[in-house]
Amino acid sequence: MKRVYALEEYCVGCRLCEINCVVAHSQSKDIIWAFKNEEARPLPGILVEEMKPVSFGLQCRHCDDAPCVKSCITGAMHKDERGAVVCDTEKCVGCWTCIMACPYGAIKRNESNTKVISKCDLCPDLAQPACVTNCPNEALIYVDRR
Amino acid sequence: MLRENYERVPSGCAISGAMDRSGQRFSGSDIIQSIAMMRERSNGLGGGFAAYGIYPEYEDHYAFHMFYNDEPAREAGERFLNEHFNIAEAGPIPTKKVRSIANEPMIWRYFAQPKEEKLSSSGLHPDEFVVQCVINLNKKVDGAFVVSSGKNMGAFKGVGYPEDIGEFYQLYNYSGYIWTAHGRFPTNTPGWWGGAHPFTLLDLSVVHNGELSSYGSNRRYLNEFGYECTMQTDTEVVAYLFDLFTRRQGMPIDVACKIMAPPMWDEIERMPEDEKAFYTALRMVYGKALLNGPFSIIVAFKNGMIALNDRIKLRSLVAAEKGDMLYVASEESAIIEICPNPDKIWAPKAGEPVIGMLEGVRV
Amino acid sequence: MISYILPEFLVLRDENRCIQCEVCVRQCANDVHYLDTKDGKVKSDDAKCVNCQRCVTFCPTHALTIIQNPQEFKANANWTKKAITEVQRQAETGAVLLTGMGNPEAYTVYWDKLVLNASQVTNPSIDPLREPMELKTYLGRKPDMLEFDKDGKLLTKLTPQLVLNAPIMFSAMSFGSVSLNTCESLARAATELGIYYNTGEGGLHSSLYRYGKNTIAQVASGRFGVNPDYLNAAAALEIKIGQGAKPGIGGHLPGEKVKAEVAATRMIPEGSDAISPAPHHDIYSIEDLRQLIYALKEATDYTKPVSVKIAAVNNVAAIASGIARAGADIIAIDGFRGGTGAAPLRIRDNVGIPIEMAIAAVDTRLKEEGIRHQVSLVAAGSIRNSADIVKAIALGADAVYIATSALIAIGCHMCQKCNTGKCNWGIATQDPQLVKRLNPNIGARRLVNLITAWEHEIKEILGGMGINSIESLRGNREMLRGVGLTQKELDILGIKAAGE
Repeated sequence: MKRVYALEEYCVGCRLCEINCVVAHSQSKDIIWAFKNEEARPLPGILVEEMKPVSFGLQCRHCDDAPCVKSCITGAMHKDERGAVVCDTEKCVGCWTCIMACPYGAIKRNESNTKVISKCDLCPDLAQPACVTNCPNEALIYVDRR
Repeated sequence: MLRENYERVPSGCAISGAMDRSGQRFSGSDIIQSIAMMRERSNGLGGGFAAYGIYPEYEDHYAFHMFYNDEPAREAGERFLNEHFNIAEAGPIPTKKVRSIANEPMIWRYFAQPKEEKLSSSGLHPDEFVVQCVINLNKKVDGAFVVSSGKNMGAFKGVGYPEDIGEFYQLYNYSGYIWTAHGRFPTNTPGWWGGAHPFTLLDLSVVHNGELSSYGSNRRYLNEFGYECTMQTDTEVVAYLFDLFTRRQGMPIDVACKIMAPPMWDEIERMPEDEKAFYTALRMVYGKALLNGPFSIIVAFKNGMIALNDRIKLRSLVAAEKGDMLYVASEESAIIEICPNPDKIWAPKAGEPVIGMLEGVRV
Repeated sequence: MISYILPEFLVLRDENRCIQCEVCVRQCANDVHYLDTKDGKVKSDDAKCVNCQRCVTFCPTHALTIIQNPQEFKANANWTKKAITEVQRQAETGAVLLTGMGNPEAYTVYWDKLVLNASQVTNPSIDPLREPMELKTYLGRKPDMLEFDKDGKLLTKLTPQLVLNAPIMFSAMSFGSVSLNTCESLARAATELGIYYNTGEGGLHSSLYRYGKNTIAQVASGRFGVNPDYLNAAAALEIKIGQGAKPGIGGHLPGEKVKAEVAATRMIPEGSDAISPAPHHDIYSIEDLRQLIYALKEATDYTKPVSVKIAAVNNVAAIASGIARAGADIIAIDGFRGGTGAAPLRIRDNVGIPIEMAIAAVDTRLKEEGIRHQVSLVAAGSIRNSADIVKAIALGADAVYIATSALIAIGCHMCQKCNTGKCNWGIATQDPQLVKRLNPNIGARRLVNLITAWEHEIKEILGGMGINSIESLRGNREMLRGVGLTQKELDILGIKAAGE
């Protein structure tokens, strides 16, 4: 299964990956509208971790044996047909157990509307995740490393 | 009679050549008939012939064919010749009045040997001495032009259809073992008889159908070796390159051909190692002598004749053999006209020379 | 104390488009943009902007435009804004004005006054898509003639040559003036294209030795990084006597750019200014140059061609003739538009002559002396496109060196601030945060793209001229005509006017 891997030697810390993730998951898919006018703008699924000069984008690893899936009390967190770990936010009750279970700190709290978690869903509607496509320095790659 | 008004007048042409490899001489009427067959390729503004073996009685003398504008030019030219050479015989070249040929210059020939004192004080080989004299005469004597200066050979040329020129010079009265001919289709009106082909240097003669895209590069390369391309024609460059490689650098003539029309790099890549090294060295060192642009040429010299096409065959050339005879021409019809049943007839490949040598003489 | 110097540029931000994403804040190495936490809006300090356009390119909504500061002085054709500002700057700093890249002044660009021939009717043009079109080039010393034995086998021993797939090479850019990622991009692209790149005077970093087969190692007046391993790792050696951007003076790498790796490669202390002396202190005359050429040949067992690079100056023809006779295999001539990582502005903008004139003069002089065929000539100093390359070769060059165009290909936006070491594109910097910005995968790919595109264009032009091999273009002045040139300029270039 293809996953997103970060090449820290090429990451310039611009955070365009975060911005494009938000746009890809917004309602309008229009960057200016999404940032200026959309009420409940989604959180980015990828976050750039930085200790200059080192930086890289970090998101959910879509683990084969995902601790968050095991820890989810409602069954909201599950693996989809691609093998990616996704959350059915209808079922999510905001208990934050998965956040504590995740060894990567890749899950965030989204309290803008109902309390649910927010994390990378590997862009199910795109040929390639938006962060990878839009990284200006090819610091994110989408490959199967098996 | 003026020199050509324009530089490097491009022209289409017809060429033809015939050689008896046993050295037996034959009449000029054949070559006239051959070139007449290709009349459509010329426009009557230039024609010429080179003939070898035509002066057996003076075979060791340099035969100078000269054009003079007028009497004072002839006197000046003869003064120059007499200063440097002992003249065994001199006289006008016999010509016949032909209706279409007009404005001819004075046409004379001289059988000459370099003067002993002049030769030894110059320290030059007699051939080189003659070359220097020809260059100087053309440059310094106004109104005089050396048409040819080889031993036992001569060039006959002028403004007119080649078959008419042949008639004018009565070439059917001469016998030679090599004959080459050229008909010209220039895109400007030349008045000058000297502009017709062949271009000669000692016993080397060149008839050329084509235009050199590489002229600028070739000429500057030749400048480095002392050749001044004063005629400003492409044919001059071809002749000087052959002279440089065969006479001055002592190269076999087929190697000289391979410098001027070498195989492509991707072909060289596929050759066996030593052949590859040979051609790579040739192209690397002599790159500026590569002839680019369309051409078919016939180069004749005392021991033989070669015909060559450019590397991508942008001009026509056909060759044929019958017994000791070798024929080359721009068109098959020109060969069939004088040799109806050749043993073999073929179109030479691009860049592959057709070489005819006198029996017993190596390339 | 107030500075009298006006900001050179203004940053215009379209508030309707700006989404306060702060990408510009993160990307500007000059700290132009900042987030004002009081109102959450991103704002700009124009005075620091150098117009490198990093922010303009990265802004995801294209909200930014950089313009020339419209603030004018009273109209004065002599005391231009530039002339006034330079005086003010020197009054403030007491320093020599430093700058980067090549001469930007409005001298004639001769390339743009030359037009090219095409064949028609009497000489057919050749179709490059259907016929072979040969660009293969050999650089090195050639013998006067080849000798063969009686069986036709080659007797003459040939001197070592550089073999190029196209008559283009990447010119000298030192590790130190540019980042290691830049060098890596150039080295990889040269290897993939079958051409060469030049180390410049910074020596060869250990990670680049694997590209040695496509490397020309430069030996400059400071002899930075010169040791036997360095010399033997490369395919050819180049003695740098001068460069077009600053004829007569040596290289200058400010101490800020001499970080650990740079220092180790150059064999100098970290943080020290790397100033190359003006002359080589062991070359004060032509015979000294001959000595160094042969010293290098001895050190490498006569297995590599030795090139000598000079700046184009007034008597370049005579100098080139001397260099040819001193034993150099290749002569590289850098015209006054050549780029640099750092040079005094006055020298860059006033010293040297155009490469077009220089190549024409050197080619003619060497031809007149009967030695042109012995050496190879390389032209440098602002080759901007494939037409410039064709014209350079028609004027007499065997090949060209490109540098500025290569850097523009990988991201340079010609802000001319290379000497500050704050290149926002990761090229002319040693700051690790900035160096990351040039991904060598992308850099090499873009360079390969550029040269490949140029090769196709050159083939199209050659085919149009009725030539199918680059050898027939060399020195072929017949293929050029001049437009809008004086008779003297035509004479020096050795070409005719259009219409002749």
